[in-house]
Amino acid sequence: MPVPIQPLAVSAYTATSALGHGLESHVAALSATRGGLRPNDFSSAPLACWIGRVEGVEDAALPAAHAVWECRNNRLAWLGLRQDGFLERALDIRQRYGAARVALVLGTSTASIGATEEAYRRLDDDGHMPPDLRRPLIHAPHSLAGFVAEALGLEGPCLTVSTACSSSAKVFASAERLIRLGLVDAAVVGGVDTLCDSVLFGFNALELVSPDPCRPFDQARRGISIGEAAGFALLERTGMAPHAPRLLGYGESSDAHHMSTPHPEGLGAELALRDALARANLHADQVDYINLHGTASLKNDEVEAALVTRSFPTTTRASSTKGFTGHTLGAAGILEAAFALQAIEHGLVPANLGCTTPDAACGPQFAWEVEQRSVDVAVSNSFGFGGNNACLVFGRAPA
Amino acid sequence: MSALQVHVEGIGLWSASLADFAALKAQERGEPVTPPAARPAASTLPANERRRAPESVLLAVEVAGQAVAMSGRGAAELACVFSSAYGDQLISDYMCTTLAQAPTELSPTRFHNSVHNAPAGYWTIATGCHAPSNAISAGHASFGAGLVEAATLCITEQQPVLLVCSDIAGHGPLGEMSGSQLSFGCALVLSPQSSERSLVRLDLMLEPHAGPMLHPAPRTGAWQEANPMASAAWPLMQNLARGDGECTLAAAETLALRVVMETAA
Repeated sequence: MPVPIQPLAVSAYTATSALGHGLESHVAALSATRGGLRPNDFSSAPLACWIGRVEGVEDAALPAAHAVWECRNNRLAWLGLRQDGFLERALDIRQRYGAARVALVLGTSTASIGATEEAYRRLDDDGHMPPDLRRPLIHAPHSLAGFVAEALGLEGPCLTVSTACSSSAKVFASAERLIRLGLVDAAVVGGVDTLCDSVLFGFNALELVSPDPCRPFDQARRGISIGEAAGFALLERTGMAPHAPRLLGYGESSDAHHMSTPHPEGLGAELALRDALARANLHADQVDYINLHGTASLKNDEVEAALVTRSFPTTTRASSTKGFTGHTLGAAGILEAAFALQAIEHGLVPANLGCTTPDAACGPQFAWEVEQRSVDVAVSNSFGFGGNNACLVFGRAPA
Repeated sequence: MSALQVHVEGIGLWSASLADFAALKAQERGEPVTPPAARPAASTLPANERRRAPESVLLAVEVAGQAVAMSGRGAAELACVFSSAYGDQLISDYMCTTLAQAPTELSPTRFHNSVHNAPAGYWTIATGCHAPSNAISAGHASFGAGLVEAATLCITEQQPVLLVCSDIAGHGPLGEMSGSQLSFGCALVLSPQSSERSLVRLDLMLEPHAGPMLHPAPRTGAWQEANPMASAAWPLMQNLARGDGECTLAAAETLALRVVMETAA
């Protein structure tokens, strides 16, 4: 079992998804139980499914100085960075600690593969990429973190985490370790994933895409709705921001079971949860809210519902927000970390949108409708292909 | 800033010309070496998985298996960090080609093998490892950044960590962007404590604002220049083969990582 960590302050955070740009639109949508999914209008040959698309990504051109990084994923990153005053806060942090004393750890599952797809649709007669897309930096997994490091002028450790759908949850763990060892004083963490043909047709090929808006934990669920999102958070030592909500713990594990289906008993998920609570020095009955992975895939929801039902008392509330935003893949970790932080800040337990007839595995912990209640400790689950699991624990600053 | 200290317990290596770390040491001594078979054996994988696994997985599993075997540790107990600048470029090339022509014909298996953490997934499944596994990328600094990630995990958690750094050769239009023309992988088992297993100690220090120092040296035509991971890892791999030396790696765009080797482990 891991030993408890010193909590870190989450001194700023932001989210942009199908629910809108910035936190305020997210609180409004969750409070009113108003989802953001729409019929698929993305790609040259749209599949018949529903998606969580961010409005206005196409119009968020990068500043000319960063034009070499142009692509949909970095546009969404740039749009996301400018919400909730996050960009200014990040630049303040750089000023305060020095550019080399701030780490940048970002998660993404497909980075800017959408730009590579476009280049392959527009190959020239000799089979080369068109001149405007012959930019090696965007055809690599590190495109997102490379762009954000340049945009924020950060010169500390800079890492892309790409573990499928747990990517931008695991960034909190890597950043905490860098801060704990004194290699940096603060970290910008987060993640961005955008809609692209690879994930739409890829999940379709695996028969994991629902033709209707996704219905997490419903008996009749038929698979995921794919979404896109950007989110960022600032981590510092608590003395620098004593009133900010806190990262209390995290857990990471591997299923060692299968590349694309979870362990049938949720072994890896349970290990990650147990580790996260141990690092936070908390027991399950101290958790007020869990934002579930809850993708609406048959297997994930069955396994995760059983884990929640056996691990938590009925005072713990649980819901998936994928019915609001779709599954934002590599950005799901940071987006749902933001929901967990909002639950603490606003006493807002989101509804489990999309479920009308709960799966038999769901216990009384499930919040089917939106609830207003005090949340001091909130957990977020993220599980990815390859059996890669991460669990985050956030808490309110002590009064 | 004080140095991070980790102890190396196992080393894996594979390229078209070098089958393992012993071959590198022999080459450094000026002895002839026999190149390996074209496809990495990856004998840690069960036979059926080995047939199905993509090249990026075979390469990573091969060097991971070598390093763990040298360390004498059980793979299941090791947290692992897999670093790759480009992931599986052959699958990306296949996917982008298929998506441009007949998107609904995309192979589901190749799609789930396309995730950057496919090598970590196959490795943890084959070895029954429930420990944390990570899959990272950091452009041309993917080796140095991987070493920082693995060392920080090793020291904060006080547990041994397997670091695997590999990139396969690219192909097609994407291959022209990556500049990776041949496959190379290397792996290290790192421990926070010295023990009878320790081969050498590495002292790691971050050196900020080192932009000019990290500019690539003029090309010499050496084979490792045809793979970004190989050229980044080469100074440390050579020092490991010789048993001493210091080198500077890129850990990020302008962040250097000084690696000093101490044999009195």
